[in-house]
Amino acid sequence: MSTQQSYEAAAAGSPQETAEFDQGHQSFIQKFQHLLHVTPSLVPLIVLVLSVIVFGLLLGSKFFSPFALTLILQQVGIVGIVACAQSLVILTAGIDLSVGAIMVLSSVVMGQFTFRYGLPPEIAVVCGLICGTFCGFINGWLVARMKLPPFIVTLGMWQIVLATNFLYSANETIRSQTIAAEAPLLQLFGEKIKLGGAVFTYGVIFMVLLVILLAYVLRHTAWGRHVYAVGDDPDAAELSGVKVNRVLISVYMLSGLICAFAGWAMIGRIGSVSPTSGQLANIESITAVVIGGISLFGGRGSILGTFFGALIVGVFTLGLRLLGADAQWTYLLIGLLIIAAVAVDQWIRKVSV
Amino acid sequence: MEPILKARGLVKRYGRVTALDHCDFDLMPGEILAVIGDNGAGKSSLIKAISGAVIPDEGEVWLEGRKVQFTSPIDAREEGIETVYQTLAMSPALSIADNMFMGRELRKPGWRGNLLRQLDRARMEEIAREKLNELGLMTIQNINQAVETLSGGQRQGVAVARAAAFGSKVIILDEPTAALGVKESRRVLELIQDVKSRGIPIILISHNMPHVFEVADRIHVHRLGKRLCVIDPKAHSMSDAVAYMTGAAEPAAELAEA
Ligand SMILES: Nc1ncnc2c1ncn2[C@@H]1O[C@H](COP(=O)(O)OP(=O)(O)O)[C@@H](O)[C@H]1O
Ligand SMILES: [Mg+2]
Repeated sequence: MSTQQSYEAAAAGSPQETAEFDQGHQSFIQKFQHLLHVTPSLVPLIVLVLSVIVFGLLLGSKFFSPFALTLILQQVGIVGIVACAQSLVILTAGIDLSVGAIMVLSSVVMGQFTFRYGLPPEIAVVCGLICGTFCGFINGWLVARMKLPPFIVTLGMWQIVLATNFLYSANETIRSQTIAAEAPLLQLFGEKIKLGGAVFTYGVIFMVLLVILLAYVLRHTAWGRHVYAVGDDPDAAELSGVKVNRVLISVYMLSGLICAFAGWAMIGRIGSVSPTSGQLANIESITAVVIGGISLFGGRGSILGTFFGALIVGVFTLGLRLLGADAQWTYLLIGLLIIAAVAVDQWIRKVSV
Repeated sequence: MEPILKARGLVKRYGRVTALDHCDFDLMPGEILAVIGDNGAGKSSLIKAISGAVIPDEGEVWLEGRKVQFTSPIDAREEGIETVYQTLAMSPALSIADNMFMGRELRKPGWRGNLLRQLDRARMEEIAREKLNELGLMTIQNINQAVETLSGGQRQGVAVARAAAFGSKVIILDEPTAALGVKESRRVLELIQDVKSRGIPIILISHNMPHVFEVADRIHVHRLGKRLCVIDPKAHSMSDAVAYMTGAAEPAAELAEA
């Protein structure tokens, strides 16, 4: 005991203020890395601003006009909404490959319930939203309760939901004119508000409001903090009092619900209800999420980043088209951006400042 | 006197490994009980079984004479049992304040809390800062700094502060000073005394014999998945304790049913 006392006595003579971290020696790069660590949506924001400036300089008012800029918003509207759903799932270290299929099936349910069964469109829309939420629930239940990997679960659900969609709809499209005449509610998200040259569809407004709402929920509510904790380290989250399974199931259900809204918005965008639409939504949503700086390992990133990621894709697509470039250039550049974004993510994760 | 926390015949198997083999356990009100034992003896399994982190295959637990069956750490927390796990159980990417209040976040008063479910960050940060200062364990300049940017010792300090802040009936510390420096360990020992003076009993798992003999009222010696004996630190030497826990010596028969 006496030896122990003596070594502790020696320490007692040391200065009482505890170690200050030397902040002076941080290089600019380290500070930048730290900043990105704290604000992960900064990288996509910088890329977005730069790409808007570059295309603006190259194309002038053809690109830099209210009309063209809001056209980008319209073009990314559906993917932007689906990418919100994808972000939630990826934040929990999962992935949802069934987003596109859930979106299409929900839109088909809305259309068929109205026209096949003659239900009021309001009821049909609610049924479509319930359908999407239910598909999400199955995903969430399999991931949380059965402990199956999200990749496999949603790969299976993608096929199941898509096949259900084709079988149920008998591959039949409901034409735009029919919908406009008999159930205009289904095309609600296609309505437009014009401000000068700028055109905002209800779908675009919905996307922006959804991003703001999710940003708030993720940052300022307990549920949002739990989503991050579950993605970060589910065992630690469980031990510190998070109901991990409940959070996971709620995330997949919310993802399904948002996809159903995307299905509704898609009817507004294309006018008709088509069981073959939206096939690329899962890849495009994952692209937006990754470019937006959300880590595929979960627990890091923000919904704003996803929004910027979706816009970057839209800016490149429209900008290159206006420049008359081959569409393949768009894919090539997007591919580069994806890889660059993951490299940046790895670099940010190394930070311990 | 009735034990505040009592377990009988706990069994926990992991596949072919028996981590707990009909283990008994008693914690008396207001005492500091040290649990010592070799690595792999089943100390962490024991405290996990009584704090709801694992569900024992067999056996029963009583809290204040009431039989309890915790199915998750949340159940135990709601009963006022707070645990610092050996793995610390923190979310590295989240802030210190977020981690301290994980699963029991405070919401803003009024409609913003009720309706918008908005968190009261300012208050959580203030309380977190206060608790860390009380502990005096570290200088954390920024309570919003991510836990992964802290050193191992600082992380352990945050975990201990969290348990001390919220534990109302029992506080369990699984090797709380393993990653701490000399001064920081001393603070944790002071904190343990402090908690005891508030009348809250503590279970302390540690390999540091001087620390154990300094603070413990009784020492539970764990060996091969069960309680070998309970010894009084004033009546036994550190070498006795080490001999019992390693199997170099057998305790006298009357100790085994202490
Ligand atoms: N989750 C687990 N899965 C499999 N085996 C485990 C697990 N947890 C503990 N064990 C085993 O149980 C035994 C007791 O472990 P533990 O309770 O951690 O011991 P201690 O904390 O005393 O070092 C060890 O043999 C360990 O390998
Ligand atoms: Mg252990």
